Amino acid sequence: MRILLASLLVISLGAGSARADVAETVNQHILPGYAALATATAALAATSLQTCDAAALRPGYHATYDAWMGVQHLRFGPVETDGRGLAILFWPDPKGLGAKAQMAMLTWDPAHLTLAAFAEQSVAARGLLSLERLLFPAKALPTDPCPLIRATTADLAQTATLVLADWQGGYATSLITAGADGNATYLSAAEARQALFTQLATGLEFLDDQRLGRPLGSFDAPHPERAEARASGRPLRNVTLALQAMRDMAASLSQDAPLTLAAFDHALALAGALQDPDFARVSTPEGRLKVEILQQAVRQLRETLVAELAPALDVGIGFNAADGD
Amino acid sequence: MTSRRSFLAGLATLALPRLSWADAGSPVCLAAARTAAGHALHGIDRLGQSIFALPLPARGHAAAGHPTAALAVAFARRPGTFALVIDCVRGVEIARLTPPEGRQFNGHGTFSADGAILYTSEVVARTSEGRIGLWDGETLARIGEWASGGIGPHDVKRTPEGGLIIANGGIVTDPADRTKLNIASMRPNLTQLGADGGILAQADLTGMAQNSIRHLALAGDGGVAFAMQWEGDPADSVPLLGLWPAGRAPILCPAPETEAPRMRGYAGSIARSAEGEIAITSPKGGVVQVFDADGLFLATHERGDICGIAAAPEGGFLATDGSGGVLALTSRGITPLARSAVAWDNHLIALDHGPA
Repeated sequence: MRILLASLLVISLGAGSARADVAETVNQHILPGYAALATATAALAATSLQTCDAAALRPGYHATYDAWMGVQHLRFGPVETDGRGLAILFWPDPKGLGAKAQMAMLTWDPAHLTLAAFAEQSVAARGLLSLERLLFPAKALPTDPCPLIRATTADLAQTATLVLADWQGGYATSLITAGADGNATYLSAAEARQALFTQLATGLEFLDDQRLGRPLGSFDAPHPERAEARASGRPLRNVTLALQAMRDMAASLSQDAPLTLAAFDHALALAGALQDPDFARVSTPEGRLKVEILQQAVRQLRETLVAELAPALDVGIGFNAADGD
Repeated sequence: MTSRRSFLAGLATLALPRLSWADAGSPVCLAAARTAAGHALHGIDRLGQSIFALPLPARGHAAAGHPTAALAVAFARRPGTFALVIDCVRGVEIARLTPPEGRQFNGHGTFSADGAILYTSEVVARTSEGRIGLWDGETLARIGEWASGGIGPHDVKRTPEGGLIIANGGIVTDPADRTKLNIASMRPNLTQLGADGGILAQADLTGMAQNSIRHLALAGDGGVAFAMQWEGDPADSVPLLGLWPAGRAPILCPAPETEAPRMRGYAGSIARSAEGEIAITSPKGGVVQVFDADGLFLATHERGDICGIAAAPEGGFLATDGSGGVLALTSRGITPLARSAVAWDNHLIALDHGPA
């Protein structure tokens, strides 16, 4: 009896990890994440119709950015259509394209700042960081930013709604029914698992190279000013939220990845202990070391993910993506 | 230097009747792949099905099909120590080409239009200076070499006039492990050689020296379309497609700001369809982008780990991915054709032997 129970357990676990993972991730991670983003952006847009006071809008801005961090690692499907993801967050922007394009719009006749006209503007001039420049300006703005604040928040809400609608309107089904007759997007269940795994692998790479790597710069030339959303004090918060979101996704993809989850927890603990919310201290040797230790933990986490989670899902880093020529 | 093995193999080639591509089942493309059993070179028919698979000793890269005889040369991945000449009807290796001392194959090559000469993309291992190796198409003996006109040549295409166009990627690599050694000072270029190996024209990309020119597609007007891989700041979404019309300066073909970042700075392969559409693939971004003949952006299609792409015989493109998928695509859409239990490698090579 004991042997029989043990074998039943193995079968159900095996079937669970092979079958339930994609649907679990879509239903428990992706769809709720985009729904939360749609809710947060709608609330922010509604608030901006009542007031353009920066202090009153900042909580909604942070709530929206937090919601985006819950899904920002998903860089496939509806969020890639028409540059929607870029229209929500245009970063990194080393040439300052966003600020330049936005300055022009600040002086526009408010009558021209319709939702349709705004959505035609450069993605660099839209989204969270454009709103940040209006709510956390480094110096006094030359004109009343209220019309542009309202256009920016309305555009964010529309973009989030479009992404959610496309996921609910077919893309979620195409992932969950991967391999079924007539599914021309995902030809096998493994392809769907591969697509989801790839988001984690590239999301961790982006965290390492960009969110941590850009402010770190080099030892001789640190660049704390290059950190993401520095004016609103979010650099470390974004790193933490990105780690939490990707941990959540990894946990939904497989119940057989304890080392991966432990590696996420280790990186999260390091981030939690970091007393440097905007990475200003990367300019000092000891401050830099702490962020480098976090970066190293993210790299090790990614290696663990590839070594443990990928085989558990029977996928890998894409054969061509990993090592091309 | 001709090894005893390749000498004997050369004799064997001469002794056997030359069989045509129709005898090999009329494949339309060749592609290297990784399988459970190892690495192989496949022939692919117009429906996307693998019709033969011949083992390779290590990971392959591109291949060159003989214009008439059912012979394929499968090139090793860079830095390459072998190129296998394969009889695609009998399924046997008939020769193994080894680069001369101090040279390495660089993954690509092409036959002359009459099949008399095989050209191979090579580097001087120590310096990454480019060479084009010349091999007798009949005996497979090494008969000479030309300078490629730059550093780190990768793709090479024959022109209708009997010369070559070469993508000199500009990157100096460690001869042992592919480590890039000169990203700050790299200078890629396009070089056109005449039938005698003399340089007829060269072009480089002003202000975009960190955009490595790696793959080519003949443009039909004597020029080429070229695909690039960006070695600079990944936050800069630079054009990855260019056109080099005969006798003119290169033209860069940017994608819109909403589409360009999806390539992740990396074009892995390029092809031009019979209709004149040009497609570049990005396995890193999991997308293929299609442009018109003038380099105007038309469409992005998503497909995980897509890389190999070639003109399909009846128009449009065939493409391959790392999950074993073979797809048909044009600017209007992408459709799965077939799936094999392999991981298709970087390139899909069209066989231009005409209708079978």
